[in-house]
Amino acid sequence: MRKDFDAQLEQLNNELIVMGSLIERSIEMTIKALTEQDKEQAQCAIDFDEAIDQKEKDIESLCLKLILQQQPVAKDLRTVSAALKMITDMERIGDQAADISEIALLLADTSYIKKLEHITLMAEQTAKMVTDSVDAYVQRDLAKARIVIDADDIVDNYFDNVKDDLIALISENVKNGSQAMDLLMIAKYFERIGDHAVNIAEWVEFSITGTHRRSIQS
Amino acid sequence: MAKIKITDLDLHYGDFQALDAVNLVIPEHEITAFIGPSGCGKSTMLKSLNRMNDLIEGCKVEGEILLDDKNIQELDVNALRKRVGMVFQKPNPFPMSVYDNIAYGPRTHGVRNKAKLDDIVEKSLHDAAIWDELKDRLKKSALGLSGGQQQRVCIARALAIQPEVLLMDEPTSALDPISTAKIEELVSTLKDEYTIVIVTHNMQQAVRISDRTAFFLHGQIVEHGTTEQLFSIPKDKRTEDYITGRFG
Repeated sequence: MRKDFDAQLEQLNNELIVMGSLIERSIEMTIKALTEQDKEQAQCAIDFDEAIDQKEKDIESLCLKLILQQQPVAKDLRTVSAALKMITDMERIGDQAADISEIALLLADTSYIKKLEHITLMAEQTAKMVTDSVDAYVQRDLAKARIVIDADDIVDNYFDNVKDDLIALISENVKNGSQAMDLLMIAKYFERIGDHAVNIAEWVEFSITGTHRRSIQS
Repeated sequence: MAKIKITDLDLHYGDFQALDAVNLVIPEHEITAFIGPSGCGKSTMLKSLNRMNDLIEGCKVEGEILLDDKNIQELDVNALRKRVGMVFQKPNPFPMSVYDNIAYGPRTHGVRNKAKLDDIVEKSLHDAAIWDELKDRLKKSALGLSGGQQQRVCIARALAIQPEVLLMDEPTSALDPISTAKIEELVSTLKDEYTIVIVTHNMQQAVRISDRTAFFLHGQIVEHGTTEQLFSIPKDKRTEDYITGRFG
């Protein structure tokens, strides 16, 4: 009865999977660029941002076409409107991965003032959150979405650890200040990526349950 | 406040059960939409509200419909239909002038005074948002009007007897988008004065104009509630399947 409509929704799912995998790839490259001080990976992550931006535009057009042609209601409307909101956060994640890579490029030829242990953990945790949030949408998996939302606290704790370490390093030697600022920026970008993953997961929750937790709170 | 209260309504056409244990409250000054697939009982339910089904042989009604807390079976049927007017799917103006179409009902109910009739005709056409288009053509035949104009004349004719409730059975299904938009806009303005019940196959129309929606299936109400709730987060899977076009 609604073959075309279902095909379009399937296409939307697939496009989101593709955009999700682009972001995951971009974060992976960013992590490698940072931990291995690999300039090539950093440049790749920066260049990748363009592909992510293009995918956002493609998905946006598809959503608008779906609304125009199918006038979706109920679950269908939530599926399309959630996708429209999610891609904004996904695009921002791509920007932030590129921002981190730009700093990684600057730091590639200097030795780090500290081990990147917590930053690496943050990077891995946020990458997982991004993957899980997109998977949760595609699989309509409410439990997975909620795990992502709860994981935000872990990322925030790592950020506090990084910040404390950097403050200590600056106290030890003022010359650490410049790189400490760069590393703090990197940690902050990862923390923001975590926030965007939470936003995505909240829209997944909305698309399944019909209520958005922020509208309940307000 | 409840204008109409339907309780445990069963309706049979001979052996066929068209309505099965329908319970519904229709609030005053709101627009209630009935939706559902063909043959689900929504038009039968609508027609039951002013006892149009009385005309059908073999039709048996059980349960009760209260209009302002009075059982409609106990009311004089002409008095009931004066209070509960109806507009049909296809515009059905009488083969007479626009003026006479509108004045027909009031004349039947004993209004003879020319000035009074003039007032009723003008107010009714005004309320039906067609006065400006037709004020210079009142003596012309209503059959010469466009479909959209004819339907608004029919709405004006229904309003002329000053009903409290207006029943509309797919009033725009035979109209073009511009005429449809005019009627929808009109319906939205009429709810200040009237209680409106509308049967529609057009989901988007139900979403646009109604305050409450009832979804009928196999003679039963599967779900009813505010239109926003029913079209955003339907409670019953059958409602979700129907409104999203997955039904069948």
